[in-house]
Amino acid sequence: MKHIMSFGILASTVLAFASPVLAQTVFVSTQLRPIEEATVVREELLKDVGAVDYVVEEPPQFAVRMEAERQAGKRTVSLVGALHGELSPLADKDTLEPLDDLAKKLAASGMPQSLLDLGKLGKSTQQYIPWMQATYVMAAKKEALQYLPDGADVNALNYDQLIAWGKNMQEATGQPQIGFPAGPKGLMARYFQGYFYPSFTGGVVRTFQSADAAAGWEKLKALWTYVTPNSTSYDFMQEPLAAGEVMVAWDHIARLKNAISAAPDDYVVFPAPAGPKGRGYMPVVAGLAIPKGAPDKAGAEKIIEHLSMPETQLLTASKVGFFPTLSVKLPPDLDAGVALLAGAVTATQASKDAVISLLPVGLGDKGGEFNKVYMDSFQRIVLQNEPVADVLKAQGATMAKLMTDTKAACWAPDAKSDGPCPVE
Amino acid sequence: MTNSRPWIPYLLILPSVAFLALLFVVPLVQTIWLAVSDNGAPSLANAERMVTDINFTRSVKNTFLLTIAVVPVQIAIALAMGTMVAKVGRGRETILWIWTIPLGISDLAAGLVWLSILQNTGYLNSLLFGLGIIGRQASWLSYQTPVALFIAIAVAEIWRGTAIVMVIIVAGLNQVPKEFKEAAEIFGAGPWTRFWRITLPLIRPALQSALILRTVLAFEVFAVVYALGGRNFPVLVGEAYNWQNQNQNYSVAAAYAVLIMIISLAATLIYLKALKVDPERLP
Repeated sequence: MKHIMSFGILASTVLAFASPVLAQTVFVSTQLRPIEEATVVREELLKDVGAVDYVVEEPPQFAVRMEAERQAGKRTVSLVGALHGELSPLADKDTLEPLDDLAKKLAASGMPQSLLDLGKLGKSTQQYIPWMQATYVMAAKKEALQYLPDGADVNALNYDQLIAWGKNMQEATGQPQIGFPAGPKGLMARYFQGYFYPSFTGGVVRTFQSADAAAGWEKLKALWTYVTPNSTSYDFMQEPLAAGEVMVAWDHIARLKNAISAAPDDYVVFPAPAGPKGRGYMPVVAGLAIPKGAPDKAGAEKIIEHLSMPETQLLTASKVGFFPTLSVKLPPDLDAGVALLAGAVTATQASKDAVISLLPVGLGDKGGEFNKVYMDSFQRIVLQNEPVADVLKAQGATMAKLMTDTKAACWAPDAKSDGPCPVE
Repeated sequence: MTNSRPWIPYLLILPSVAFLALLFVVPLVQTIWLAVSDNGAPSLANAERMVTDINFTRSVKNTFLLTIAVVPVQIAIALAMGTMVAKVGRGRETILWIWTIPLGISDLAAGLVWLSILQNTGYLNSLLFGLGIIGRQASWLSYQTPVALFIAIAVAEIWRGTAIVMVIIVAGLNQVPKEFKEAAEIFGAGPWTRFWRITLPLIRPALQSALILRTVLAFEVFAVVYALGGRNFPVLVGEAYNWQNQNQNYSVAAAYAVLIMIISLAATLIYLKALKVDPERLP
């Protein structure tokens, strides 16, 4: 018996070590990491493209792995799938294969040129192919709607109405009912870059310490009295929404999806509020790129083409809730939760006062420190109640240094700049 | 036999020395260089960046406060537990086994256990609500309740880290010869005198090890704080983690790592000096 067992263990060990020898195209992704989503990718999205090893990696580990492979000069990864901001440092170090031929082909089959241009990351050649897109919206429990202030349309809120709404809910329920993902892994920095600053100042970097910005921060402080203090621990707003800790929340659609898909009848999903300069919003783009020296470049290109086909893009939307980068119509039999989210995205894009805020370009590996400027300002102004003007001046200096160090030019909604984007 | 082949002991310890040199000393040197260089040239820019960061002073203060609050309590509880269990005859093993359960739990899991108790929808609030003490969910872990947050983290740390102190102290207590106590009893020393005059001096080596170990670990506290406090309670290791992972600035993260190492080394030296152990007494 003992012999059989040890033989079995030996055999399985040999098998376990032997199996990776099969030629597989290694596809490393920072997106679609949860096991349910990864399974969809492996079993449905990549079903017909041959042997693909779909590996998921947390963003920090992804950066470390790519850098390690670059320094070692030995690539194991043929294809990477990651966010715009995560691919930017790779393009900065000139480690991505140019994909202009693929880009041309996709432009012909209906991928918007504006989206493809984002994939150049400020360079002259195509660095990544836009794979999926998402954005941020607000979600509310239906019972919260009764507290909406008179005359407010949930699909066209402004900040004063949101504050009044928060006040009504707090008075009725006894506790703050608005939540933001300001926890350690939350995406609060994106709220400032894509929503708060564009809405109040019409810019992101140039207007960082303007009078408009100072007025905006005062407004945010007023709003924050009706925001639950637990917000600084929230990473994904779907959890406090589903648990009934908050009634109204702002977050990335993928971080709201579970709560809304589980009970689509309980929620309304709508655009973020507008400020004096319009309704800021930020599209999020995940892209596919091939590292230089990839062991299977041809296989990787085949996967990119497969994932960019209209059928695959629609399947991705209905299975994981990321929207197509091709201009295709979403099918009517979409998951009810995803349909609600898609409705809010359309409402945002179609709103008359929309101000689109693009993802930062040219920051290289300083994206994290760029986020930190906004989060530090938030911590000091809103949480620690420091004087707005002093904080903006100090953080503005940090921002200006970051821009000169990286030489990043302005991106929308800031007006174009010749050199590094100035902080005015 | 050993005399004829004096190289044998060296050969036997070679693998462990090589292993540590490769996986400890090399990264240590690299980390120090990363911390004190900027673009390949020696520079204090990273240290300056670290010191001027908004969370630096808070994280130093929090780390020290937590250490000062947690370590003495843990030593006192562990001494009490060790002394009590010494009197127990039957079932001693079982009691020790139960007391050491937190040792087998990872830091992060311990943090999550306490999070499930203390979060808004947690067990504590359910209990208080059930007893009619609170009318609605109360927050214990938010930035608006810093005292409750500090106590929560300290309690979780004490719960998690006392077992290791107790194990060391029980081992020390076991080595105290019975004869000393019996002699003291004959001379009429009460329990307190026996504890202060006999037990405590005799377990000094164990106490020293426990203090060094616990203090160094307290300066490195991270997972429990991260689970319970997140952004609301910055500590040194947490800041190193943020600079490495979120801000992707490995140099400032390295500066934090070096600072933590210096603090830990200083604490160890202070204990070695303050609780000087007579070499004759070493087991």
